[in-house]
Amino acid sequence: MIWKQLELTGWGRSSRAACRVARPERQRDAAAAVVQADERSVLAFGAGRSYADTGLNTGGAAVLTERLNRILAFDQTTGEIVVEPGVTFRDLLEVFLPRGFLVPVSPGTAYATIGGAVANDVHGKNHEAVGSFGHHVRWVELLLPSGDIVRASPEERPDLFAATIGGIGLTGILLAISFSMTRVPSNAVALREQRVRNLDAFLDALKNEGEKAHFSVGWIDALAGGRSLGRGILETAEPSNEEIAERRRKTHAVPMDCPGFLLNRWSVKAFNALYYRRFARRERRRRLAYGRFLYPLDALLDWNRLYGARGFHQFQCVVPFEAGALALRQLLDAVRAGRNASPLAVLKTLGAAGLGHLSFPMPGYTLAVDLPRKRGVEDLLAKLEAITLDHGGRIYLAKDSSLSAEGFARMYPKLEPFRAVLADIDPDGRMASDMARRLQIRDGS
Amino acid sequence: MTGDTWLILGGSSSVARAFAFEVALQGADVLLAGRDTEDLARTAADLTIRTGREARALEFDATAYDTHAQFVETCRGMAERLDIFLAFGIMPSQEETDRDFGLAKAMVETNYLGAVSILDRLAPVMEAQGRGHVVVLGSVAGDRGRLRNYLYGSTKAALHTYLEGLRARLYRSGVQVLTIKPGVLDTAMTWGLPRLPFPATPEVFARATLAHVKRGREIAYVPGIWRLIMLVIRSIPERFFKRTDI
Repeated sequence: MIWKQLELTGWGRSSRAACRVARPERQRDAAAAVVQADERSVLAFGAGRSYADTGLNTGGAAVLTERLNRILAFDQTTGEIVVEPGVTFRDLLEVFLPRGFLVPVSPGTAYATIGGAVANDVHGKNHEAVGSFGHHVRWVELLLPSGDIVRASPEERPDLFAATIGGIGLTGILLAISFSMTRVPSNAVALREQRVRNLDAFLDALKNEGEKAHFSVGWIDALAGGRSLGRGILETAEPSNEEIAERRRKTHAVPMDCPGFLLNRWSVKAFNALYYRRFARRERRRRLAYGRFLYPLDALLDWNRLYGARGFHQFQCVVPFEAGALALRQLLDAVRAGRNASPLAVLKTLGAAGLGHLSFPMPGYTLAVDLPRKRGVEDLLAKLEAITLDHGGRIYLAKDSSLSAEGFARMYPKLEPFRAVLADIDPDGRMASDMARRLQIRDGS
Repeated sequence: MTGDTWLILGGSSSVARAFAFEVALQGADVLLAGRDTEDLARTAADLTIRTGREARALEFDATAYDTHAQFVETCRGMAERLDIFLAFGIMPSQEETDRDFGLAKAMVETNYLGAVSILDRLAPVMEAQGRGHVVVLGSVAGDRGRLRNYLYGSTKAALHTYLEGLRARLYRSGVQVLTIKPGVLDTAMTWGLPRLPFPATPEVFARATLAHVKRGREIAYVPGIWRLIMLVIRSIPERFFKRTDI
């Protein structure tokens, strides 16, 4: 296996890691890479779409999965599929949507890998209806730090399975993942977009309409305050029975790092105001192809460069429904008071808890905001963490860059069983990441 | 397999995989030949699922010369009409082969003798077929012996010369022989090397190569800029070239 020294970054580009990197093209080489990393710690690295240090391992070894990207089996009658970890949502959309199958759960970008979807137990706009990615996984084939290759499923080694779903890569390197694709009647959704004038109205709408709809997601203007606090657009959608003609989707690249000052609170305010009024009436209905609906930001490649060379943080938490309105109000107030320009924030509901020990989802409201990396952002993130903790909420590891070890332990009650699995399969601590070190995931202290 | 079938020799590399995918997209079936049949079977499954074409894995060892005749028989039994993409080769560093003649020998045996052995046996099949394509992976390293990489370069230079003759022979039966000279490809072979100029992804390589096949070309550089680069490098007089360390 050939190694080279590289700097890898998280999608927010505020976290960076120099490490030795291998890029195996077959399973045998992936196994060799883990063995050859010797005394170094190892971590798999997929498409680099988690935001901060989840996928990074400074000073250790990284195994890129981008060329382990084959579809190994597909059953046209049941929709059961087996893929290598580097297969992306985009691959699956292109191959299977024309045949009437869709990945059951999609994160906000199609460039993410299926390996990453398992490691972060990702959720989508249909979480209340279908759960998170882990709910659809039938089994995984895992290369353990010992070099052994084992299979884990809800029936076979369930402890290892629960540690691997949402386990941010710490149980080993995924070699194959089996899950079930969903049959869809067409290539499009019937989408309804409605303007919602403030937070209370938003929560009502999410409850009344969001719960009934198969897909639902809200975009809110995190800079609007006063009576307009929490105003935004609620999107609800159902699988459509009618096909629509789909031209090849045009993508535009962000050619360079934008100067940081372009995204200031005035420009963002103007953008958000325009976005809020992007259709003339209170409500708009249309049909939209799955690709555009599920992955709206993918039209703009490398959009993370909009935040300039310094990068940005993303904060996403979930708070229980009971705490909902108050918690969200406090979070949005803090973001506004931080004067940290955040274009579009996302608000939606989550349903059942995930199957993994470190799965993020639990029933409640989830809020996600981008926070450009500038002075004061650390304090703001600490404040958001405190509010989340106060209300019994939880922060999403795939996006987190600043959570404290104590906060983490309080938010994730199944940390102990997770640690027990690691102690069993990886007593020497061969698998590691910058996030695991920051959150002291391994040490019991 | 009926219709056109591409036989990919050395099917595990990323370049071979990308090329197999391109031809399958265009409607051909694929035979993937190599030593790691378990890995080839995975690629074959992937190709079939993605493109709907038939794909199979076959065991093939470039240096097991006495198995080649039987191998060609097997291929003939499986496919109605064959096109060939020869993609195998190894590239240990010059320092490694300087130290270890065993490695030097293995490289000559794989890159040159292995290619000669299998192409000699396939040539009559192609002649009988009276049409088709033989695409062979050469290298810009074969265009000039360089301090850093001359043993590898010499195996490719020998291969280029062999292909010139094979081209003349198969031309008489209406079969194209295309020597592809990749510059820098972003593959496992070049992963550990310092940053190289104009790297092409396997996908870009595969599409460009197939375009050259369709145009009926004899020798092609991929990416095309390497034709120019090698023109310059070849034109430097030996008296000066020997002082360089490129």
